[in-house]
Amino acid sequence: MLDDARRQNRLPTAPGVGYKPQHYAEILAQPGPVGWLEIHAENYMGDGGRPLAQLRHLSERFPISVHGVGLSIGGEASLDAEHLARLKHLVGWLNPASFSEHLAWSTHDSQFLNDLLPLPYTDATLARICDHIDQVQETVGRQMLLENPSSYLAFSESTWSEPDFLREAARRTGCGLLLDVNNVFVSATNLNYSPQAYIDAYPLDQVGEIHLGGHDEDQDDHGQPLLIDSHGRAVVDPVWALLDYVLDRSGPKPVLIEWDNDVPDWPTLRAEAERAQSALDRIPA
Amino acid sequence: MSVSQSEFRAALLDPAAPVPEGLLDDQARPAGRRFSVYRNNVAVSLTEAMHQAFPVITKLLGPQNMDGLAGIYLRQHPPTSPLMMFYGENFPEFLAGTEQLAHLGYLPDVARLELALRRAYHAADSHPIAPDALAAMPPEDLMQARLGFAPAMQLIRSDWPIHAIWRFNTDDGAPKPEPVAQDVLITRPEFDPSPHLLPPGGFDWITAMQAGQTIGRAFEATTARTPAFDLGATLALLLQGSAITSVTIERPET
Amino acid sequence: MSNTAKTLVIASAVAAAVAGSATTATAQAKEKCYGISKAGQNDCAAGPGTTCAGTSTVDYQGNAWTLVDAGTCTDIELPAQADGTPRKGSLEPLERDLPA
Repeated sequence: MLDDARRQNRLPTAPGVGYKPQHYAEILAQPGPVGWLEIHAENYMGDGGRPLAQLRHLSERFPISVHGVGLSIGGEASLDAEHLARLKHLVGWLNPASFSEHLAWSTHDSQFLNDLLPLPYTDATLARICDHIDQVQETVGRQMLLENPSSYLAFSESTWSEPDFLREAARRTGCGLLLDVNNVFVSATNLNYSPQAYIDAYPLDQVGEIHLGGHDEDQDDHGQPLLIDSHGRAVVDPVWALLDYVLDRSGPKPVLIEWDNDVPDWPTLRAEAERAQSALDRIPA
Repeated sequence: MSVSQSEFRAALLDPAAPVPEGLLDDQARPAGRRFSVYRNNVAVSLTEAMHQAFPVITKLLGPQNMDGLAGIYLRQHPPTSPLMMFYGENFPEFLAGTEQLAHLGYLPDVARLELALRRAYHAADSHPIAPDALAAMPPEDLMQARLGFAPAMQLIRSDWPIHAIWRFNTDDGAPKPEPVAQDVLITRPEFDPSPHLLPPGGFDWITAMQAGQTIGRAFEATTARTPAFDLGATLALLLQGSAITSVTIERPET
Repeated sequence: MSNTAKTLVIASAVAAAVAGSATTATAQAKEKCYGISKAGQNDCAAGPGTTCAGTSTVDYQGNAWTLVDAGTCTDIELPAQADGTPRKGSLEPLERDLPA
């Protein structure tokens, strides 16, 4: 458990965007309502060069959220000590406003599969990820936010609902939560449950950050809709509506737009941030 | 029915393997092609990473050949680190060992060049010496001087015209490669690495300097093998590339 | 070469290199980055074009890959040897491999 002094999430309740190097100059010149930036930790673990120089400069102007995508917190084996040390180093010098990772696994037997792979929600999984989260928070010296995944299938062995599983992980470890509203919508569609019911069951008081992103549409073997978390297009209206549903219950939160594939020009991405600002504006402060 | 991560991973990387039991759709039927989202994700993202990591190899072979090769490579050599910026380090050896590519003997060295460019891009920053720090030295001191080099500096020796091949596939209007051996120096003035063709002997001289020899000794050893060695041209590449980071002089003991 | 001669050669090479690098410093200011900045980025989304299709977007043929005639390697003419064996390592090496 972390004591209160180390709960250091300092993101502003404003829109943020996932940082892409091609937007560097325009973000600085015309940020619009963008109040903070998120980076993928692994892209800033080189020894030097332009990525780190840009990040250093941006961090003087914007609060930064460090979002890890490679720690494999749900992995069956121990965490990669070398990778954890790199994370500690990055968070140490950058002193970001927030630090988050995923409820997923991606490394097994020292092979990194470059995807966020799913976990069964069992007591054994819960115990394992809580051990790993404890280790991460101890090593990095920061509270971690844990993000809900996009699911394409379910495990027959699962005994916990996802909101309950996340609530219990946060209770045991003192970690916060990162609520990806698009992931809720994608998983709810794919696994045929109500996204509003998921939000109703989810511990919104633990949320330190919200994610929004675009998804693609496909179909499964039975012709049922299967949504894919592609981050390759604008956020769709039903996801914006679900964001309103969340904010009505949670109050203002930092809201991030993720756009990782087919990255648009800066005005297009900024327009998404403007829409997030409107969503924040319509809730009473 | 529990699904271990070993089992999950094996089915991810082997498309002929059945989808593990215990993975379900929304109505508790077997997951079927839903599992392929993960399969495709791994294969597509790693294939894409290989295209971006080796743009010249991709251009040389064409994207379709690169897709096929990447599909084999990513299964034989999945990443061993979460840092995708360094993925593909075994690709030169993989290309060298691929029988169908034996007639394209230059491919492994071109891949080495592309790997070295990425290493240079992410290497630690350093401060170059002022160019006139060397010019201001008495000639006798110069002979005894040793040099330190930027972490971003990279050297690639090849029996193939890899610099010309790289340029032919990168710069519009670059001439067709002629059959010669070429050594390449990569420097990174500030943030952008670029490969330069080294004059004959340049590779040997820089390698000797890296090993801690003095300018005089390294020059002697290099000219013994390559009488036409052009030290001025080699030094100019290093100075323009901000690749020399220190000069130290050790005076002969008297 | 005498030591004095060598010293002079080196000193003049250094002078020439320093003079040369002073005039080209500005020419270096606008380098390209050849797409390196985009290579090897980690992200947390499904790969571009990922679907749940079995084989439509991804080649699952594994080791059955066959080289097709494509790409610029077909423009780089490196003639085969008379007996038709691959010309691996066929380019003329520099003299560097000879003993000094």
